[in-house]
Amino acid sequence: MDTAKAVTPADDATSNQEAIKVENLHKSFGQLEVLKGVSLTAHKGDVVAIIGGSGSGKSTMLRCINFLETPSSGKITIGGEQVEMHADGSPSNRRQIERIRTRLAMVFQQFNLWTHRTLLENVIEVPVHVLKVPKAQAIERAHELLERVGLGDKADVYPAYLSGGQQQRAAIARALAVDPSVMLFDEPTSALDPELVGEVLTVIRDLAAEGRTMLLVTHEMKFAREVANHVVYLFEGRIEEQGPPAEVFGNPESARLKQFLSSVG
Amino acid sequence: MTGLLDSLGLAQSAELLSLSPPGWGGNLLRGLSHSLQIAFGAYALGLVIGLFGAYGKLYGGKVTRDLLAIYTTVIRAVPELVLILILYYVGSDIINKISSSMGGGRVEINGVAAGIWVLGIVQGAYATEILRGAIQAVPPGQIEAAKSFGMPAFMTMRRVTIPAMMSFAVPGLANLWLIATKDTALLAVVGFNELTLETRQAASSTRAYFTFFLAAGFLYLMVTLCSGVIFTRIEKWARRGQPSLTGGRT
Ligand SMILES: Nc1ncnc2c1ncn2[C@@H]1O[C@H](COP(=O)(O)OP(=O)(O)OP(=O)(O)O)[C@@H](O)[C@H]1O
Ligand SMILES: [Mg+2]
Repeated sequence: MDTAKAVTPADDATSNQEAIKVENLHKSFGQLEVLKGVSLTAHKGDVVAIIGGSGSGKSTMLRCINFLETPSSGKITIGGEQVEMHADGSPSNRRQIERIRTRLAMVFQQFNLWTHRTLLENVIEVPVHVLKVPKAQAIERAHELLERVGLGDKADVYPAYLSGGQQQRAAIARALAVDPSVMLFDEPTSALDPELVGEVLTVIRDLAAEGRTMLLVTHEMKFAREVANHVVYLFEGRIEEQGPPAEVFGNPESARLKQFLSSVG
Repeated sequence: MTGLLDSLGLAQSAELLSLSPPGWGGNLLRGLSHSLQIAFGAYALGLVIGLFGAYGKLYGGKVTRDLLAIYTTVIRAVPELVLILILYYVGSDIINKISSSMGGGRVEINGVAAGIWVLGIVQGAYATEILRGAIQAVPPGQIEAAKSFGMPAFMTMRRVTIPAMMSFAVPGLANLWLIATKDTALLAVVGFNELTLETRQAASSTRAYFTFFLAAGFLYLMVTLCSGVIFTRIEKWARRGQPSLTGGRT
């Protein structure tokens, strides 16, 4: 069960490349063991939805993948490159971590836009300063991306003047600006008012349709079923069940998953 | 004009304050200029110490944190006048010891440089606390976002943490600047000819105490008012992107 592979469309020539491979990931906070050996593979073009109850370790897993949390042990391979780790799991090569992070763009539940920068400045920040893209080029691209998420007219506005949905779409534009090989979404819509959820999901749906590789932690079951090609159900730090959405949602094996699905409706 | 001053009995004061000798205005302005140089230097030094101090207190090892705790506690507990005397005499003593051990003679201590060091160390303790508080007030998500995009630590500090903490730090730093301008007056005790000492000399030479101390008070007031204008602008800039409480856009 731990090593099951994500289902990938057979007609895609590049789809067999492993974008992310997590093997036997453990993470403890002091005495509390949050992840108890999680293994997961996402191939290029996969949309992996991660579902599970509150406190099951979904965020922790996502954050371990880009080392916002340091894993206690396990092996993480990003785009074929294995992250160097000490025996205790801590990364041993800061530069490697930084380089890998530029390929994994994260979208946070609380948006985390830089409040002292306009949307345009937020979007060009990483390309210009971290990736050293020429500024004019970065600005042009930023305008395209803001246009794409429906914020073309808000380039010079500061985040605090926007609705949550607009901020989250801007955060997605910021993530896209680094041209990531994988996007990590941690409950991108759960801080939003219900009427704003749709606009953000529409953007994510588009990204899924164009073949972006994504790991998506979400409480939106209908949405997960619709966009994901692989669903992972996490229970108390272990993968309880995973598979194609039709099976996980339509015909769950595990009693816990059944109960979880009925509780979230 | 002369008639008006005469009638108010101020003609004599105007003469005493005139910029060219025998007036003492030039001396006062020179004193002011020294005071401002020291205040600027000490403030800048204090900010540098404060930034390192704040980062040291937040992210440093145990030894660093303990040393910084001693530094900020002692400096903030001891009256500034006493600190200035201690730092000044200890400092010049050390320099002279070093100089004589290397075969040199007594070193003439540059007053401005000494003033900057002494006040800078005092300012640094306060700046450490102001900046530490401001850095802690930055929402962690802002720094985490930078990290998650692979931004190196120093760039994160420069591009994210410092700009984001500015709005929290500026009010405290504005106060600190005003304290710096006024603390320069304490350097009079070690015989440094900043504004207060120049004023005292002018006053005692001419016995026009009231005129000169009033003039000095006026100069200090002008410094404060100009600083107020400048810091209002800086604060407005630092708060960019934050809706003001009155609902206006910044
Ligand atoms: N930095 C931390 N220090 C200590 N405990 C933590 C930390 N971060 C998370 N935890 C604990 O780890 C467990 C899993 O947290 P995590 O945030 O991964 O859950 P989640 O599945 O994302 O839940 P939710 O749906 O509520 O976001 C929780 O019990 C939480 O209290
Ligand atoms: Mg979570």
